[in-house]
Amino acid sequence: MQMEEMRLDGNAAAGILREIFVHDMTAAVATCRGCGATGMVGGLLEYGQEMGAILRCPKCEAVLLRVVHAPDGMRLDPSGLALLMIPANALVT
Amino acid sequence: MTIPHTAPARLEWRVARVTAVREEARHARTLVLDVPEWPGHRAGQHVDVRLVAEDGYQAQRSYSIASPPESTPVELTIERLEDGEVSPYLCDVLRPGDGLELRGPIGGYFVWETSLGGPLLLVAGGSGVVPLMAMLRHRHAAAAPVRETVPVRLLYSSRTVDELIYRDELTRLEGAGDVDVHFTLTRGVPAGWTDFQRRIDRAMLAEVGWPAASGARAYVCGPTPLVEAVANQLVELGYDPSRVRTERFGPTG
Repeated sequence: MQMEEMRLDGNAAAGILREIFVHDMTAAVATCRGCGATGMVGGLLEYGQEMGAILRCPKCEAVLLRVVHAPDGMRLDPSGLALLMIPANALVT
Repeated sequence: MTIPHTAPARLEWRVARVTAVREEARHARTLVLDVPEWPGHRAGQHVDVRLVAEDGYQAQRSYSIASPPESTPVELTIERLEDGEVSPYLCDVLRPGDGLELRGPIGGYFVWETSLGGPLLLVAGGSGVVPLMAMLRHRHAAAAPVRETVPVRLLYSSRTVDELIYRDELTRLEGAGDVDVHFTLTRGVPAGWTDFQRRIDRAMLAEVGWPAASGARAYVCGPTPLVEAVANQLVELGYDPSRVRTERFGPTG
């Protein structure tokens, strides 16, 4: 089976992202540092890994975000993101 | 009705109680759950379910909520995957009275409520129909004047007719003149079948979907290859990409 068939999307990372962020992150708009493409986190490509998630740009496949449970806590590597914009209607109290 | 958009302070694992189970289709079963302190949810959201074996081994999966925000208890519809780690337990072993550890509701992208309007195009492959059914049930719970402002079309792809989930309920919704439903079967049709019998393609979407100029919102859910193909085809047909929302369920079950 091809890797492409197995991939999910940002919806699958919504739970683990909620362990770090107060708001749901799937409606946030991500800008790719690699190619400049923008799109909602829910539409990013997700490759699950042991106890975490890797989110990739659907245009250029660059890694935008890695999040993982580690023995000493959690690790979030946002270095592939140029910007994350959370729209007002996703900022819930 | 205003759906409260309040996020809980923390996404906590809780133990829900199974109050009933309902066989839906050949490989699918609905779990009816009593979830303590459930905060309410939006159509399209999911829960994470966690199973812990006696040796401490954990398996976690996400399942879309099938019930609309208007009704309690919370319902999940599970497709039994032959080589699954979690779904065989949920479909074959779990009984009313048992506990089930879950957290939710989760998601803010693949959600729809009547205030978002339409027209609405829902495209499902296999168990991808589950979150779309929550949206349809939510729409059905609205008053007639509200429903009239959101015409909806569902295109539902399944391998065989006996794997179609919610077929009777969808037929009833269509009969009430409320929803336009098209099925397509990809692995053989019963005698007398008059609906589609092939994989969803651009021609089928052009035929049953809303014209792009209508500003329709599309929600596409199911196996990854289907979701990606359909989303691309809708954009090719002129749909605004920001109005095409997707939820991939992974390889075909």
